[in-house]
Amino acid sequence: MKILVCISKTPDTTAKIAFAEGNTKFDENGVQWIINPYDEWYALVKAIELKERDASVTIHLVTVGGADTEPIIRKALALGGDEAFRVNNTSNDSMVVAQEIAAIAKQGAYDLILTGKETIDYNSASIGAMLSALLDQNFISAAVKLDLNGKIAIVTREIEGGEETCETNLPVIISCQKGMAEQRIPNMRGIMAARTKPLNVLEASISAQNTTIKSFELPPAKTGVKLVDPTNMDELVRLLKEEAKVI
Amino acid sequence: MVLIYIDNADQEIKNASHEAICYGAALAKQLGTSAEALILGNVNEDLASLGKYGASKIHQVKNSALTHFDSKQFATVISEAAKVLGASVLVFAHNVNGKAVAPAVAVKLGAGIVTGACALPKTDNDFVVTKTVFSGKAFASIQINTAIKIITINQNSFGVLMQDANALVENLEINVPVSNLKITSVDKIKGEIPLTEATLVVSGGRGLKGPENWGILLDLAKALGASTACSRPVSDSDWRPHHEHVGQTGLQIAPNLYIAIGISGAIQHLAGVNRSKTIVVINKDPEAPFFKAADYGVVGDAFEVVPELTAAILKSKGGA
Ligand SMILES: Cc1cc2nc3c(=O)[nH]c(=O)nc-3n(C[C@H](O)[C@H](O)[C@H](O)COP(=O)(O)OP(=O)(O)OC[C@H]3O[C@@H](n4cnc5c(N)ncnc54)[C@H](O)[C@@H]3O)c2cc1C
Ligand SMILES: Nc1ncnc2c1ncn2[C@@H]1O[C@H](COP(=O)(O)O)[C@@H](O)[C@H]1O
Repeated sequence: MKILVCISKTPDTTAKIAFAEGNTKFDENGVQWIINPYDEWYALVKAIELKERDASVTIHLVTVGGADTEPIIRKALALGGDEAFRVNNTSNDSMVVAQEIAAIAKQGAYDLILTGKETIDYNSASIGAMLSALLDQNFISAAVKLDLNGKIAIVTREIEGGEETCETNLPVIISCQKGMAEQRIPNMRGIMAARTKPLNVLEASISAQNTTIKSFELPPAKTGVKLVDPTNMDELVRLLKEEAKVI
Repeated sequence: MVLIYIDNADQEIKNASHEAICYGAALAKQLGTSAEALILGNVNEDLASLGKYGASKIHQVKNSALTHFDSKQFATVISEAAKVLGASVLVFAHNVNGKAVAPAVAVKLGAGIVTGACALPKTDNDFVVTKTVFSGKAFASIQINTAIKIITINQNSFGVLMQDANALVENLEINVPVSNLKITSVDKIKGEIPLTEATLVVSGGRGLKGPENWGILLDLAKALGASTACSRPVSDSDWRPHHEHVGQTGLQIAPNLYIAIGISGAIQHLAGVNRSKTIVVINKDPEAPFFKAADYGVVGDAFEVVPELTAAILKSKGGA
């Protein structure tokens, strides 16, 4: 049983969002990089849980990015990946990233490909569905639960206003979110082991960009909060009705 | 032609799809072309009436193999339909199914895609779409370089406009591959409006101290007809169900009104709610960071303020 977990690098959730070079680039100054929370807490830890239940599971990691993604890949190896691939392509066009991952996936013939629900920087939520089309494999999005029964995956996913459970044969691609697994912290043994685990670097093979980021913009600052006397809730109701016109 | 995909989970067309049609219709007008919609499977609704959102035609693929949403199967059918109909732009709602299928359609059509758009694209010389990035903390303008373009539109970011018109409903014959997914159960939270569709939301944080105190919040939600949400520690402690968790790692919502009660306003929480039109913060700490993101603030004890607010709302409703 082989699992591929897609790992992306994102700014820490508290990072100051600012832009450089005439608002055309994310300002990386002083930014701490982390594994995208959905990839780490849910996709990767789920794969580790499956491995703990079945020792025959191998976990491969893939990231598409520059050399600066290596610390987060090492962390993912410390948590429990067996081997990692980094494709040296810094494009942020989802189609490019998906094609690079698909090439790795074809080589590895994985039973299961896990991604996060979305990255918390560009919020594309696209890679899983793109892989499905590129690899012609089933895709289940926004999964909150996964069980394996031989070659069948039993997956619960979020739908509007609830959840639905479905079954499908492996191989399958699943995007993961809260509920899949519990966050873990790497231990010393894992950190030591990660140093010697293979991290293979591959050259970029895709360049055609379907999309190009032209510029970034910060939302206009709120004009300031209007404080309402806590003993005068009639006034708040009036403001919501007459000024904000939301009730 | 602009083709809008209508998501019809449970035979019922969601608000998000109505909004997507309105967006697609406005875009078609801007491009000087027609807006048509595509629906897969059967619905219990009068499709012609969808004309009121601005679609001139509704293409329906009625095949009985289309019983439930399956990303791979739907992506195949939607891209075939787009080819047959000659669509140049495809619009999807950025809802659960839209997100799950649009990127696969993009691969099949060799189309550039921008997900989570929040406004109409600029189409003077090139095609540039603005979307929210960094979980709502910023916007990016992204140019689509391909002949066919795909956009998923963030819920509650364009609005629903209605006119007096009917659409022509036409059958579309497309080869439908079999689905390899078997749905074994569907659990819906009965009678509640899904949070992502709610226009009014009342949300509680750790400041409410424990699940036993949620009554005041539920009373307020009931008086308003609002849905309920919570911060992450609240759902992590099982004070409230997980599906109520909003924020960076929970649901991202954009209601017209978000009332935050006893929530400090951590950046990860704001990431899920900062697209709300109006934010009201009730917190006893005047230094709570949430006040900086609020439109209206009440510095006070939730246990006193919230029941008063509920009473004031009921009074205003009774008196109106
Ligand atoms: C990677 C990451 C992702 C995260 N994702 C999310 C997320 O998706 N969503 C999320 O919510 N959090 C998220 N968090 C957690 C976030 O950082 C905060 O810890 C959390 O939002 C705090 O929840 P809270 O505001 O309910 O609690 P607290 O921060 O404890 O705030 C409680 C507030 O209640 C007020 N209060 C107390 N008593 C009263 C009273 N009687 N009346 C009125 N006010 C009162 C206090 O003044 C305080 O401001 C994430 C954290 C990390 C690191
Ligand atoms: N550069 C990347 N390298 C590897 N995996 C990625 C990359 N970008 C995104 N992913 C995976 O795809 C998921 C969805 O990302 P996105 O479609 O970019 O929002 C992420 O949670 C990751 O699991």
